[in-house]
Amino acid sequence: MNAVLYTRFELLRTFRNTRFLILSLGFPVILYFTIAGSNRHAHVEGISFPLYYMAGMAAFGSMSAMLSSGARISAERAVGWNRQLRISPLSTRAYFRAKILTAYLMALLSLLVLFVCGSSLGVSLAAGEWLKMLGLMLVGLIPLAALGILIGHLLTPDSIGPAMGGGVSLLALFGGAWFPVSGTLRDIAQFIPSYWLVQASHVATGGRAWDAKAWVVIAAWTLVLTALARRAYRNDTARV
Amino acid sequence: MSAIAASGLRKSYGEIEAVRGIDLTIEPGETVALLGPNGAGKSTTIDMILGLAEPDGGTISVLGGTPTAAIDAGQVGAMLQTGALIRDLSVRELIAMVASLYPAPLAVQDALDLTGLAEVSEQRTQKLSGGQAQRVRFAIALVSNPKLLILDEPTVAMDVEGRRSFWTTMRELAARGKTILFATHYLEEADAYADRAVLMAHGAIVADGPPTEIRAMVGTRTIRATLPAAELDALAALPGVSGAERRGEAVVLSCSDSDAAIRALLVAQPDARDIEIAAAGLEQAFLQLTAAA
Repeated sequence: MNAVLYTRFELLRTFRNTRFLILSLGFPVILYFTIAGSNRHAHVEGISFPLYYMAGMAAFGSMSAMLSSGARISAERAVGWNRQLRISPLSTRAYFRAKILTAYLMALLSLLVLFVCGSSLGVSLAAGEWLKMLGLMLVGLIPLAALGILIGHLLTPDSIGPAMGGGVSLLALFGGAWFPVSGTLRDIAQFIPSYWLVQASHVATGGRAWDAKAWVVIAAWTLVLTALARRAYRNDTARV
Repeated sequence: MSAIAASGLRKSYGEIEAVRGIDLTIEPGETVALLGPNGAGKSTTIDMILGLAEPDGGTISVLGGTPTAAIDAGQVGAMLQTGALIRDLSVRELIAMVASLYPAPLAVQDALDLTGLAEVSEQRTQKLSGGQAQRVRFAIALVSNPKLLILDEPTVAMDVEGRRSFWTTMRELAARGKTILFATHYLEEADAYADRAVLMAHGAIVADGPPTEIRAMVGTRTIRATLPAAELDALAALPGVSGAERRGEAVVLSCSDSDAAIRALLVAQPDARDIEIAAAGLEQAFLQLTAAA
């Protein structure tokens, strides 16, 4: 099979859905300007508010983008497309690859849009720091890629909207995307991938944004969610 | 090597026994109609042939291997009963996307031409009519250039013209040596296009043979009479009658011996009116066979 061609069509489909693109890219931007615009000179956790909140909204937007693959999968299942793919030679690996690549491109776009917004509010980082932050956030999104596929194969289109909206909001809340978390909440948050997405903003302080715990948490979530997603896909052959 | 060889195949969903131990062998090059009313087990049988459902018992081989092996080798093309198209691609793009999954697909243009989609090939899939969408699903099954083509209720939602051109294409494919299995409840389709008809009812195969042979197996005539008050059970028990069915005020008797049946009917029901005796089509053969199962 021609995996490149297949993936290309998958991307073409996603990026043609302009309503989806505008909504998923636009919403975090509006939130960012509304909240960070009025607190431009404040500081949180030792970094500027526009920087902290830029990472927060970038985390929020990119997590939504990653999970939106779930919404598309769920819609495809509802029309029986998943079963059509199942009777083709498309391998689990190639299927996952196309879905993950599409989700990542959406997430990357969301991150870059927020970075541009951040710059416009005076966020200024060295090129290396921008890249480091981008890299950390892309790594932090790996478990979300698996989560998107997992929920796509478990939920129906009418339940996936609330599940995604609520799920992303909770992840963002615990991750500190809306406001910094402290105390017990912070102790819990450190075991959630979204916390580390927001923490990537600390590249600006010169120290390490992520400690060893971050890498372990991301790796553990990735392993567990990938195994679950793989199983959900394998078992998902029934008529919906 | 058979195209499909199933033996003792069983599948239940909870309490419901969808398929209860069927044996079915289809040789390469055959065109076989799988006939039966809704709930007969046709789609479940097809799901097992395609590896979409795991049998509870029995064995199944497709093109000499497991269903999954045949699918992975790209040798099976199928059109499932339920299924719409994904949106945001043109017809041509969607067919090309599917073609990219197979080792030796047809040219996309050939698939479009074969299914009469050339004119709408640049339209987005979400803008198609029901009949056009059905043809796109047919093109999806064909573009894989399969040895074995499986179609579940392929002409549902097609208009008369669409149906005619669909069957013209199917004849062409059969002539090229493809093995074709199609499920239908249009009896005239089985009669006109299949070499062989397999009738299913209540999860079992109740008849298997050339459509003409199936007609000969059962009663060759039906008697229709206006009889508002008659008991169906009593009518069905008359000599020469193999089944009775009510249609409003009238009853229709399927007969194994219509001469004996009409004599007995007039004795038992002297007030029978508007009596017609007609040669049975496959429709009656079908009702009679499936009612008995």
